[in-house]
Amino acid sequence: MKNQQIICLILLTLIIIHQTYADENLIQTTCNNTPNYQLCINTLRASPGSATVDMAGLGLIMVAAVKAMSEQALSAVNSLRKSGQPKLSQPLQRCTDFYNGVLKADVPMAEEALRKGDPKFGEDGMVDAAFEAELCEGAFKGVVAPPPSLSGFNKDVRDLAGVARAIIRNLL
Amino acid sequence: MTISATDPNGPLYYNGWYHLFYQYNPDSAIWGNITWAHAISKDLIHWLHLPFAMVPDQWYDINGVWTGSATILPDGRIMMIYTGDTYDVVQVQCLAYPANLSDPLLLKWVKDPSNPVLFPPPGIGPKDFRDPTTAWLSPDGDKWRITIGSKIGKTGISLNYETKDFIKYDLMDGFLHQVPGTGMWECVDFYPVSMVGQNGLDTSVNGPGIKHVLKASLDDDKNDYYALGTYDPIKNKWTPDDPELDVGIGLRYDYGKYYASKTFYDQHKKRRILWGWIRETDAESLDLLKGWAGVQSIPRSIVFDKKTGNNILQWPVEEVESLRSSSVEFKDVTLVPGSIIPLEVHSPSQADIVVSFDIDKKTIEEAANMSYDCSKSGGAVNRGPLGPFGIIVLGDETLSELTPIYFYIAKAYNGKPDTHFCADELRSSKASDVEKIVYGSTVPVVEGEKYTIRSLVDHSIVESFAQGGRSVITSRIYPTKAINDAARIFLFNNATKAKVTASIKIWKMDTADIHPFPLDQI
Repeated sequence: MKNQQIICLILLTLIIIHQTYADENLIQTTCNNTPNYQLCINTLRASPGSATVDMAGLGLIMVAAVKAMSEQALSAVNSLRKSGQPKLSQPLQRCTDFYNGVLKADVPMAEEALRKGDPKFGEDGMVDAAFEAELCEGAFKGVVAPPPSLSGFNKDVRDLAGVARAIIRNLL
Repeated sequence: MTISATDPNGPLYYNGWYHLFYQYNPDSAIWGNITWAHAISKDLIHWLHLPFAMVPDQWYDINGVWTGSATILPDGRIMMIYTGDTYDVVQVQCLAYPANLSDPLLLKWVKDPSNPVLFPPPGIGPKDFRDPTTAWLSPDGDKWRITIGSKIGKTGISLNYETKDFIKYDLMDGFLHQVPGTGMWECVDFYPVSMVGQNGLDTSVNGPGIKHVLKASLDDDKNDYYALGTYDPIKNKWTPDDPELDVGIGLRYDYGKYYASKTFYDQHKKRRILWGWIRETDAESLDLLKGWAGVQSIPRSIVFDKKTGNNILQWPVEEVESLRSSSVEFKDVTLVPGSIIPLEVHSPSQADIVVSFDIDKKTIEEAANMSYDCSKSGGAVNRGPLGPFGIIVLGDETLSELTPIYFYIAKAYNGKPDTHFCADELRSSKASDVEKIVYGSTVPVVEGEKYTIRSLVDHSIVESFAQGGRSVITSRIYPTKAINDAARIFLFNNATKAKVTASIKIWKMDTADIHPFPLDQI
């Protein structure tokens, strides 16, 4: 190869490496300002698009993670209902309502808000998502211990929503 | 059908009707698909729904017809400037006006073919440019000025523009004002108040004996802040009277749930009137189930507080009193420390309560110093020598649910008593899926004044005004037991030392019906 082409290639490589480090920097700085650095890093890095998006994009990745976890939570609720334990029936019905709230209201609203540029509604959505998960956990109080698998999901949704909220607050 | 209603838009009085537009999502009880819903009234109380005024149907507002304001020109034309969210999510300003000014209902609106009339200027983010204000005249009277909130970094700012025709604008040097650390300024409002007169003022008025209010809705904490100051029309700058109480760091219109508010000049009754959006504080899942979310506050008139000189007074418009029907009154009720007295009333969930409290001056003088903060106080269960005392609304018979609205006097270290006005939602409902906090702030009490509260109770909304409107708290309450006729109103004094005397009058409030305008009958 001619010298010029080698130099071009080296420059191009350096630019790509710099860009990757720059975006990795954005992810690290952003995650440092959330309540759960490790969860934030793991979630964002697991998303193939995260290296090239802006702050709103990182917010959307996190909201998608809240959505996915809530879908799993709802799935767990449905399985538990099929198992037919009578004491679980009412709390599980309430959890269905709470997680429908996350999936039909909070997540779509947060996605809309982040895409259209009025992020405070995104923050509201994630605050409420954490609230709904907390309410599901609380629905078992005084009745029976919450099924551990569901408790796990409730905690995960709360944690993910907390990280999403922190990311979105950067946009306010 | 599920709907969501948020910011009030473009309020105005024209040709015999009050108009209110508001941000509306016809598809869901969450924010999105924003259109301009439209309602009219002859008396600010009984409203009639009209068809949507504007829908997102142009490339420049396809992602939302957002908040805007009306300017009525001397020749009677109406200019409505609003924010459009474009197809590529840039915030731009757009002009619209009635298709037919001789239609008193102002049913149809036309978007100007020159739209958008303003794009974000250099240095301003494309998502940080929204909610243009009503225009006011320049000193020479030949140009119109508007201001638009934004931010640079974490500094909230308000941009200045001048225009002759509402189509071509000049960005002026410098900002109307800026305050570091306050973040994005949404729904900026800017208007004069008279220091000497009783009435409101048209937005263009300026001169001696006048102060200007600058207000911003802070994106960061979802509260509406205002400050009083002086407007220099030559430099086009506003300066706060007290920089320690500047916009965003000082006074709030309301210490409860109240946002995106906007005033207009009511030239019919010469008043400055304030509209605000009251959000839900229950879980979203409940809003989906009930099918709606968001209400508008009762409109309030705004005047300068001549007694204190450094705040405004808000008061429910007098037309609200037309809903009062039967009343009960209790005069000079003695409330010894630790007392609570239930009151026999009709319609305790739909009531207009006016109460005044008297407390022995000596008790105040003799009390020890202490500090207090409504939001950290733990509410009305926690007793001090001079408080809490007040009323309980939306309480049930056994007080398993209750919402105390109260005063708490605390002598500061300099020996001067501070009066705190709080609304305690901690035990407002047995439901777990609602927000429960204590709202409030200090309220100035002028020498010789009694401690007064007016509280408008409407099922799940309580708007409470202390000292004639010096401090206001809007609460959303979702009782499960204390509903309709099962609710109770109480007087209480949970102070340890102060003996309090109360006089209270409670009116039953009729329902203000709201229905669609019978267009097929025109």
